Amino acid sequence: MKIHVAGENALIIYFGEETSPTISARVQQTAQRLPGLLGDGLIDLVPSYASLLVLFNPLLTDHLAVRQAIHSAAGDDNDAVVGEGRLVELPVYYSEESGPDLAALADRAQMSVQEVIDLHQGDEYRVYAIGFAPGFAYLGQVNERIAAPRLSTPRQKVPKGAVAIADQQTAVYPAVSPGGWNLIGLCPTPMFDPQAEPTMPVTVGDRVRFKSIEREEFLALGGELPEGGIE
Amino acid sequence: MSVKIINPGILALLQDAGRFGKHQIGLTNGGPMDPLAFHWANRLCENEPGATAIEVSVGGLKLQVNVDTRVAVTGGEMPLKINGAEAERWQTHILKSGDTLELGYTTNGCRAYIAVAGGFQVDPSFGSTATVVRESLGGFDGAPLKAGDEIACNPDTSESLWQVPEDERPEYSNEITLRVIPGYQEHTFDRVQQRLFFHNTFEVSERCDRMGYRLTGPQVVSSIEGILSEGICLGAIQVPADGQPIVLMNDRQTIGGYPKIGSVLSLDLAKLAQLMPGGKVNFSAITIDCAHNALNLAHSRFGAAQLEAVEEN
Repeated sequence: MKIHVAGENALIIYFGEETSPTISARVQQTAQRLPGLLGDGLIDLVPSYASLLVLFNPLLTDHLAVRQAIHSAAGDDNDAVVGEGRLVELPVYYSEESGPDLAALADRAQMSVQEVIDLHQGDEYRVYAIGFAPGFAYLGQVNERIAAPRLSTPRQKVPKGAVAIADQQTAVYPAVSPGGWNLIGLCPTPMFDPQAEPTMPVTVGDRVRFKSIEREEFLALGGELPEGGIE
Repeated sequence: MSVKIINPGILALLQDAGRFGKHQIGLTNGGPMDPLAFHWANRLCENEPGATAIEVSVGGLKLQVNVDTRVAVTGGEMPLKINGAEAERWQTHILKSGDTLELGYTTNGCRAYIAVAGGFQVDPSFGSTATVVRESLGGFDGAPLKAGDEIACNPDTSESLWQVPEDERPEYSNEITLRVIPGYQEHTFDRVQQRLFFHNTFEVSERCDRMGYRLTGPQVVSSIEGILSEGICLGAIQVPADGQPIVLMNDRQTIGGYPKIGSVLSLDLAKLAQLMPGGKVNFSAITIDCAHNALNLAHSRFGAAQLEAVEEN
């Protein structure tokens, strides 16, 4: 474990340099213990793949006290247990119509479109981080054979619900936004609803499985196809 | 009882002190880009710290009050008119129902704050009224203020008028030095790159907004192209492959994968937020201990500063 200064009110803890359920478990465990140790001095936490950003109030505490709390919270290298997490199933309408990059991704992987879909829905993913936009959950790891770099020119408008791949990460876009990930389908489940409680169907540490559905079912579940298609 | 927007100008947003504790569902902070000017505006109206005010960028806003109240305008130098007559900024004014308030375009600085007595009454979302347009949250449906919007506020009949002492009013300069706490991936910028960064002047590009200020200048190169995505704090300076630094502001994304050389002291971000494209920026390194000292000093100075009573003519 390494602790670096990030800013006037921020320390960042690095638990490793790669994506793994074990490292993620340490991030989770430390994130759960810190609030009790820091109390009002803690402003927020940003857990990610292998790091945890700790934001504190520099008028109430200082970086030395926060470092001490981090050491107590992180404990031994070996005591973090990989939690099972909840298993959340997300339906996906995979098609050329709903996933404009599906064909190119299949070409690149030298396999059929159906094989890409089967590989994507065949694996179980873990929620490693939430960020970039409200409700945007980074899921990993995608099978290496269908991992694909980001588009050289990002789209101005990725539709809400777009299921996408970038490198070995996959995600569902919670709202319309610009984005450079490869789009392979659409998911009808809202990923972020400010009116709902909880606001998101997943949280960091959960497990996610995608399940292929047909067009009719997608529409019946409240999914929407963008008018005029996806650019 | 409300304040009605007649013309929002370039960009007008309702802001409170910001949205905190929600990074784990991906929500950013929002909040005033120049917190000092924002807090002064609220003090002038005898409001609770962090009461909802309007942040005006660049200028061009006009509003009408449909309530008897007191208002104050602070921040960037946007000429203030009340009922068409020039009026002082950095002080409280009494407005009667039907009165208008107008902010011209800035001559210096970029963000001004309009506070009303008691604060604007807006329902918070996720604990805050701060408008973050990218997230469609806060303010009125997460959108910038537009003509016709009526923002509720309570009547106020106090006749106390205050002004911020001259010495306490910030001066907005077009060339600033930002204090930087080196950190994050600073070790991936070798000595030459660090010198390039700390000994050259950068310019604010056209691409500057509440999310980030993209600067142009000598190329500063990190030995790595990217990192596993990680949390980004306020003021973090990320340097993408093109070598042009981006200072991340209130509406930044909460996680990202570009290398970062450190983070700007929040007190100085307020100065950066007052720069327009073409503004000049220098960087100087300070330790985190110096940063804490500076923050504590600024906090006690603001607390100790006394408003002056305005003598009515």
